[in-house]
Amino acid sequence: MLTLAHYLVLSAIIFSIGVAGVLIRRNLIVMFMSLELMLNAVNINLAAFSSYLQQMTGQIFIVFVMAVAAAEAAVGLALFISLFRNKQTINADEINTMRG
Amino acid sequence: MNEIFMNVGFWVLGITAVVASLFMVTRENPVHSALWMLLTFFAVAGIFIQLDAEYIAAIQVMVYAGAILVLYMFVVMLLNPKSTGFIKLPAKVILGAVVALVLFLQIVMTLMGTGVIKSAQMTGINLPEGLSNVKAFGAVMFTQYIVPFEVASVLLLVAMIGAIVIAKKD
Repeated sequence: MLTLAHYLVLSAIIFSIGVAGVLIRRNLIVMFMSLELMLNAVNINLAAFSSYLQQMTGQIFIVFVMAVAAAEAAVGLALFISLFRNKQTINADEINTMRG
Repeated sequence: MNEIFMNVGFWVLGITAVVASLFMVTRENPVHSALWMLLTFFAVAGIFIQLDAEYIAAIQVMVYAGAILVLYMFVVMLLNPKSTGFIKLPAKVILGAVVALVLFLQIVMTLMGTGVIKSAQMTGINLPEGLSNVKAFGAVMFTQYIVPFEVASVLLLVAMIGAIVIAKKD
């Protein structure tokens, strides 16, 4: 029997894997991918509550989350290209020019 | 019969999503990470179909798997980064994993603390006769949420211009 908790725990697992990815990876592109993973987990949560409460509003918000994710991916990846052009690296540990 | 089908679907899709996202985080090569992320997106799209969100499942495949992932692949292949991409100290990798595990346990403890969610049955959205998911979605989106929708379009325009300006040479 599937309950709301099944979907929420699945979403929590994927979110935690995304957090772990941001914490242990130093490649900026993969860190960004982990961020997308976390947004996906949030989307599962919204869809589960939309189905449970029999409301369409949850699905509307998924579209807004996706729009923000797309905008963030476009701007972030443009930043990485600009960064790579200037410093020849996208490793987060090597980008330390502003460290005192 | 439908009940068994839903259960099997949930477990297959859920385990696929979790395993694929674990591989995504642990692969050294960013191209492999991107491909595992593709599998995660497809599994999550299946979960959306289970949750009566067919339109969301379609745009998940088109926007995430079709557009965003291709953008990532382009950047990975354009930059061809040499670094392996993990934190250098193994102790910090373990620390990061432990932090994520503690976060997960906290979320689960909070969920289990609320009795309503634990026993809540998934009823699904009962649409009126002759109304598909897309129609119901559009009816809400273009009446009640029309202003946020327009703001989102402006956000996408700003992001597009921003990306062009930032990535431009000089």
